[in-house]
Amino acid sequence: MINPTDLHFTGYRRPDGRFGVRNYVLIIPVDDLSNAAAEAVAMNIRGARALPHPYGRLQFGEDLELTFRTLAGQGRNPNCAAAVVIGIEPKWTDRIVKEIAKTGKPVAGFSIERSGDLKTIEAASRQAKEFVHYATELQREPFTVKQLTMSTKCGESDTTSGLASNPTVGRAFERLADAGATLIFGETTEVTGGEDLIMEKCVTREVAAQFQAAFDDYQTLVESQGVSLLGSQPTEGNIRGGLTTIEEKALGNIQKAGRCKVVDFLKPAEEPRQPGLSFMDSSSAAAEMVTLCAAAGSVVHYFTTGQGNIIGNPVIPVIKLSANPLTVATMAEHIDVDLTGMLRIEMNLDQAADAALKMLERTINGRLTAAEVLRHNEFVLTKLYRSA
Amino acid sequence: MKHGILMHEPDDDVGVAVEDLKAGSAVSAVTLEGEPVGSVELVDDVPLGHKVAMRDLARGKDVIEYGRVIGITSQAARRGSHVHTHNLKSKRWQA
Repeated sequence: MINPTDLHFTGYRRPDGRFGVRNYVLIIPVDDLSNAAAEAVAMNIRGARALPHPYGRLQFGEDLELTFRTLAGQGRNPNCAAAVVIGIEPKWTDRIVKEIAKTGKPVAGFSIERSGDLKTIEAASRQAKEFVHYATELQREPFTVKQLTMSTKCGESDTTSGLASNPTVGRAFERLADAGATLIFGETTEVTGGEDLIMEKCVTREVAAQFQAAFDDYQTLVESQGVSLLGSQPTEGNIRGGLTTIEEKALGNIQKAGRCKVVDFLKPAEEPRQPGLSFMDSSSAAAEMVTLCAAAGSVVHYFTTGQGNIIGNPVIPVIKLSANPLTVATMAEHIDVDLTGMLRIEMNLDQAADAALKMLERTINGRLTAAEVLRHNEFVLTKLYRSA
Repeated sequence: MKHGILMHEPDDDVGVAVEDLKAGSAVSAVTLEGEPVGSVELVDDVPLGHKVAMRDLARGKDVIEYGRVIGITSQAARRGSHVHTHNLKSKRWQA
């Protein structure tokens, strides 16, 4: 049985002491208008990676704060060596630059008003070139499981998820938590029907109360739209696959937490404050959730799938695990860890967790995941409500 | 006897078929940890991923999977029968 303390991890030590497992120079547009310049810089400069997105204008309140936190979080993420931030105007650009600069890593901001795209692209490209020189001279060094922050989510789930792939992540997470890793899970709506179990897992009443408040908020929002989450779950596809009740679906999802306690509650895109498993209030849409995890400083992600969700992320490697024989056979190029042996009763839970941990080690040390090789770079901001 | 059912917890009321199971066949059940939990003779055909009653379940009984309540029986279900929307209902949502 693999103990995570026996795994050998290498990564890039950042000035704030955290370790990255990838080494990107990110070009971060503050707003939709700056996507063109950001993408032009990434085209000019080998090793630079742009994160285009459709928002960042006329947002306000908590929705705007979440966009800032998510964008700054990508630059703060230990997988990012250095960042170039480009915005239409200087004020919001500086806000994001300042948040990234707190990590001590190299960052520079450029704004387009009073310069135009072309001058901005030239200046930002020159800066990005220097950052790539800097990043490419950094060397990997050993780090420990106590210095690892990672996350999990499931998608296109079916009965094989609750039966095999989610419990596998749960078992791996139990061992990682015991070894001192920092872990994130969430999906506030998908735990509907099992929210009592999450609350039982919370280590303190305060954490349970914070979770319940976020959960109730979401239920209220959904009901205000004239919809009932309880009534829409499980879906027709879930039922065809053998899931009968919303309780059963939620319990299958929550298996990813294993027997871990929930040590803390995080706002969307908020960085964990302590080791162990934290619940992050988050969307259940795959790309939104993984983007929020990246913003929170997760450096690698376990993604379990039944029917075959193919998501990736531009900042963190997404390891795909599946126990569905049809999915593993027909979508083989998307799957990193084949858990179908569990259904053939050839592999028990501890052996499956070993397979997941071995792939975690290989991924951390540089093996590109299926999603990375296939250029799945889904970067999606979570929008809390409409803009002004 | 072939393994045909996986169980989350050894005391669960239901296990999950790991392949399409035929009525009349006898299959053994194991936990995710690989521990044997006896065998059961199928009363119904049960498709892969669907649930099998591991004991006789009276009508109106809480049904346990994952060691927790996943709903309540709307019809009695004999040991070895298919457990799904026809005999199991959510306790959280009554359609």
